[in-house]
Amino acid sequence: MTLIRVEDLSVQYGKITVLRDVSLSIEAGEILTVVGPNGSGKTSLLRAIIGSVTPAKGTIIFKPGIKVGYVPQRLNIERTLPMTVKRFLSLTHRLDERTCIDALERAGVSRVLESQMSGLSGGQFQRVLLAKALLGEPEVLILDEATQGLDQPGSAKFYQQIERVRSETGCAVLMISHDLHVVMSASDHVICLNGHICCSGPPASVVSAPEYQDLFGTGSYGTFALYGHRHDHTHDEHTPEVGENHKC
Amino acid sequence: MLDDFMNRAALAGLGVAVASAPLGCFVVWRRMAYFGEATAHAAMLGVALSLALEQSIFLGPLFIALIMAWTVTQLSGRVYASDTLLGVFAHSALAVGLVVVSFVTGVRIDLMAYLFGDILAVSTDDLKIIWSGIAIIGALILWRWRPLLLSTMNEEIAYASGYNPRREQLILTVSLAITVAVSIKVVGILLIASMLIIPAAAARNLARTPESMVGITLFVSSLAVFIGLQASYFLDTPTAPSIVCVATFIFVVFNIIGTLLQNN
Repeated sequence: MTLIRVEDLSVQYGKITVLRDVSLSIEAGEILTVVGPNGSGKTSLLRAIIGSVTPAKGTIIFKPGIKVGYVPQRLNIERTLPMTVKRFLSLTHRLDERTCIDALERAGVSRVLESQMSGLSGGQFQRVLLAKALLGEPEVLILDEATQGLDQPGSAKFYQQIERVRSETGCAVLMISHDLHVVMSASDHVICLNGHICCSGPPASVVSAPEYQDLFGTGSYGTFALYGHRHDHTHDEHTPEVGENHKC
Repeated sequence: MLDDFMNRAALAGLGVAVASAPLGCFVVWRRMAYFGEATAHAAMLGVALSLALEQSIFLGPLFIALIMAWTVTQLSGRVYASDTLLGVFAHSALAVGLVVVSFVTGVRIDLMAYLFGDILAVSTDDLKIIWSGIAIIGALILWRWRPLLLSTMNEEIAYASGYNPRREQLILTVSLAITVAVSIKVVGILLIASMLIIPAAAARNLARTPESMVGITLFVSSLAVFIGLQASYFLDTPTAPSIVCVATFIFVVFNIIGTLLQNN
């Protein structure tokens, strides 16, 4: 079943087109990951889907009555805004304490209910955001570079948590990330974005696609190649299926 | 009870406290301190218009504050940052206002009353207008409380929850304009921002949730109004500055208490 269908989406800021003719669909229960270099329009794509950016062209069709959970990039919480985790969770839903604790446990964090949001560590913070998104019992969970600011083991753990959430609740996941290989191992479907969709498919086929290698892989684009390269080495031994497709 | 000017002053001051407590918190949370101050300064042009056109002293400032807030919201981020635009608007409106006032003939105008407030001269009619304004602000903020908080924390979360942060911003802007309009008589153009910022800043250290911060802010600003009024009566000091001085004193005391609490 298709939960969200994006057709021929274009997004412009002034005269600059950041996304061109992007079409994709999110099916129930799948983990769809969008990867792409900085400025490739990843965040604009998500913003168009959640409605904070008006598309210049194209349509976004939702399954009627769909519930969307959204996990933003690490928020810069105003230290001037006092907010306990409990109060933050109940901002959109009226909740009893038990429900809050359950949601936090599902997101993999405990004993922070009375803590101030500004006092949480990066990993705890992202999990609280995840818990908040889960409270709406979403059919699709949307994550915008949710591991920014976390170190590699921290991100890996966070994505494992996402997979766990998916298998427990059966919700679909749409996420964007530049932690390429960590994300790859957890995705069913990968879209490689650079203003338009360069290539898409299961992780293994995307990683071996020439378009992907142009962007991240084998050295045709200076810094991206460096970036991709470094990550390859870190994760070769943990994710052999990705490593095999890379000739580094 | 309303026959006594001290009672009217207290009611007017309490009104400003009630209006500025929730708004002051948002001003502090959203870093709108300069926005608040600029809106207040621009209100001088509104005062001048009211005097020139012989309208209620509340209408002109309300009108100008709304126009300025709307223009800045629309224009900011294009060529100039919003603080630059605010600076241009606020100071030119203040200057133009002062020039226009000098042309208004007839009644000799006591500028000090508008710049620093004239709380002891608040009439029963003024009180009605002040409290009507507060009722509108209170209703707006109570109605939009959750979406306002959400948009303050993160615009994307607000969008994903089905709210439009830009509309929430507009509600804050309108409330701020009303606050400025009803506060001119009480604390004056130059001190309105202090009633928005100082009590909320004082409350920050002792609050654990947004709601408790609004509550503590309300307590601080009411206390400042009552003590400031009494002090000004007995020491024969200017009233609005006395109120702000008391608020500042509470700010210092609360910060010391907050630091002590944190260290324990």
